[in-house]
Amino acid sequence: MASTSKKAIKVSQKHLLGIQDLSISDINQILSEAKKFISLNKSKNKKINILRGKTQINLFFEPSTRTQSSFELAGKRLGADVMSMNITNSAIKKGETLIDTAMTLNAMHPDIIVIRHQDSGACNLLSQKVNCAVLNAGDGRREHPTQALLDALTIIDRKKKIEGLKIAICGDILHSRVARSNIYLLNMLGAEVNIVAPSNLMPKDIEKLGVNTFSDMKKGLKDCDIVMMLRLQNERMTSSFLSSNREYYEYYGLTPDKLNHAKNNALIMHPGPMNRGIEIDTKLADDMNRSLIKEQVELGVAVRMACLKIFCE
Amino acid sequence: MKKKYFLNANIIDPKNSIEEIGGLIIGETGKIEAVGKKVNENNIPAREKYIDLKEKYIFPGLVDMRVFVGEPGYEYKENFKTLSTAALAGGVTSVVTMPNTSPVIDNVSIVDFLKRRGRDKSKINIFPTASLTKNLEGTNMTEFGLLQKKGIVAFTDGTKTIQNTRLMSRIIRSAYDLDCLVMQHAEDYELSKDGMVNDGIIATKLGLQGIPDIAEKIIIERDLSLLEDYNCRYHISQISSSKSIDLINQRKQRVNFTTGVSINNLSLNENDIGDFKTFLKLSPPLRTEDDRISLIKGINNNLIDVIVSDHKPEDEEQKRLTFSQATTGASGIETFLSLALELFHNGSIKLSKLISLITSNPAKILNIDKGTLSIGTDADFSIVDLYKPLIVKKEKMKSKSKNTCIEDKKLQGIVTNTFVKGEELFKI
Repeated sequence: MASTSKKAIKVSQKHLLGIQDLSISDINQILSEAKKFISLNKSKNKKINILRGKTQINLFFEPSTRTQSSFELAGKRLGADVMSMNITNSAIKKGETLIDTAMTLNAMHPDIIVIRHQDSGACNLLSQKVNCAVLNAGDGRREHPTQALLDALTIIDRKKKIEGLKIAICGDILHSRVARSNIYLLNMLGAEVNIVAPSNLMPKDIEKLGVNTFSDMKKGLKDCDIVMMLRLQNERMTSSFLSSNREYYEYYGLTPDKLNHAKNNALIMHPGPMNRGIEIDTKLADDMNRSLIKEQVELGVAVRMACLKIFCE
Repeated sequence: MKKKYFLNANIIDPKNSIEEIGGLIIGETGKIEAVGKKVNENNIPAREKYIDLKEKYIFPGLVDMRVFVGEPGYEYKENFKTLSTAALAGGVTSVVTMPNTSPVIDNVSIVDFLKRRGRDKSKINIFPTASLTKNLEGTNMTEFGLLQKKGIVAFTDGTKTIQNTRLMSRIIRSAYDLDCLVMQHAEDYELSKDGMVNDGIIATKLGLQGIPDIAEKIIIERDLSLLEDYNCRYHISQISSSKSIDLINQRKQRVNFTTGVSINNLSLNENDIGDFKTFLKLSPPLRTEDDRISLIKGINNNLIDVIVSDHKPEDEEQKRLTFSQATTGASGIETFLSLALELFHNGSIKLSKLISLITSNPAKILNIDKGTLSIGTDADFSIVDLYKPLIVKKEKMKSKSKNTCIEDKKLQGIVTNTFVKGEELFKI
């Protein structure tokens, strides 16, 4: 079986901190490795042992359902010993700094640490202090590389390519690490990226990243192949950005009417968790023909297995 | 004290428009007796020994208008003794200290304590400021008149800004009546809330909350409007953006005020933050290269009067955190002159102009008899090897806190000797 191949895969980075740091060849290697795991994940025996004897620590400082379980499952299916730290019961609650936590964990000789943290750049800081590889499972608003990789894999799975596609990323761009990682990745793979957001949720100078920006959703969706919706991150909003959820839905929620401006066969994506009726019409979210939301979760495990395998080596 | 003679130096004294090769004579009381080209081998007593400073420069002792000292309350960051050692190594002989201590410098009795400590422990001249508001809370004014009588040279809330417009207008009126100098750190808190870096592409890329340049401009605009009615002595502590320069240019004819800038904003830009370098988390934040260039133009167009080190010693542990948790500010008093000289070496600012912004201009604003080589004043000066290279290394720093934002930077220009009141207190 191809996925059990012992051949070492070389990437340019020791850690996976962000898409920004990767080369196109790194990305293609991760994606092609992930493809091999898709079928394994559908088979009866899902477990292989390529990471047997390796220790994976999941360090989640922010609540997470899909990313944390996806990483945990990915590690277990590859045969690694997976430990998920429970932050609420740990020394961090007693005021330990991230560096001290890193040093403590490092002394236990893990092979890989998966970190999610509310502060942008936390994974970079951690990576400077530990000997093992660090995988970023989301840092503040900065990057969420495995999400972008799984989104790319999902698109390729359906559309067979990314180059030449027109992709709209819509919603709370300001607070979104998913948007940033996707912008870098989709640009590198040759897509044209439209960013749709109210001005209050549009990061300053984002067009310098090589995207088109729109505050009118209908214009932003015009002729798009993929519409990627983002969650409105109320927990990161410190002051009033919007008047109300219902007004937001009226202008920026994905509805059949707005989707009509995209291509006829346009597909819908969402990294989850969804706010139904705020950023997306509930029927559209569940529309089997148009929504890729379930596939995203499914392929997420494969992408994380690929990342664990590659960066553990 | 014996008389001292220095000859053949390049003497720069902007206050007296001196920029010539000449000598300096220090009298027995530590005052300057003679200065300039008239002082040469032919007109000093033949039996006297002199120091030949061929190729070297003499600058007046630097006057640094924005310095944080940890005393009282944060002695682990910096005390008067360590501050003076660091300052002297950088040719700084007079500092204006900020009131953000614990307790805050906001009443007469704490000023007495501060002056005693400064006198006993410090080898340089300490000019303390007091806060504009009690406990820096931005609600009630301090006793400007009584504090000034005790020797307070200016009033500022240091790293804080008066947000309340009515209070600010009252502060300006009181300062007008009592002839006090008000120094404002310009930052609208609502606009800068949770901000860490310049609001722009770097903030977007790093995923950090930005501080927009208008947060600075709006406060300056408000204060300059208030000054139209009561033009008290008013100084903008530091500006960071080209928008502020444009505004200052428009208002210069209408009201009297002065402006400062941090050497960090003149020498670095937001790109230097790189991969979350917390040592470059500063306030005001480093902005774009266009902003940096317009600040330099602002100096050359006389829109900026003072350059400060913004010396803010911080415990390194407070920097070894994520960017959003890390504290703000950089230790910089001893690299101040060398970093400023980079602007001369790269052709941005002429030498005498540059020196005026760190000696005579701040002295004039503060109304103190420092920052000059005028005859009869205290002989506070430094001898500088203008072209000698150095590499900034934190382990060589004398400040108690090593949080430099220019680690490993290659510079040119070293202070070899520093004198205060005619006494040599630093020698390399």
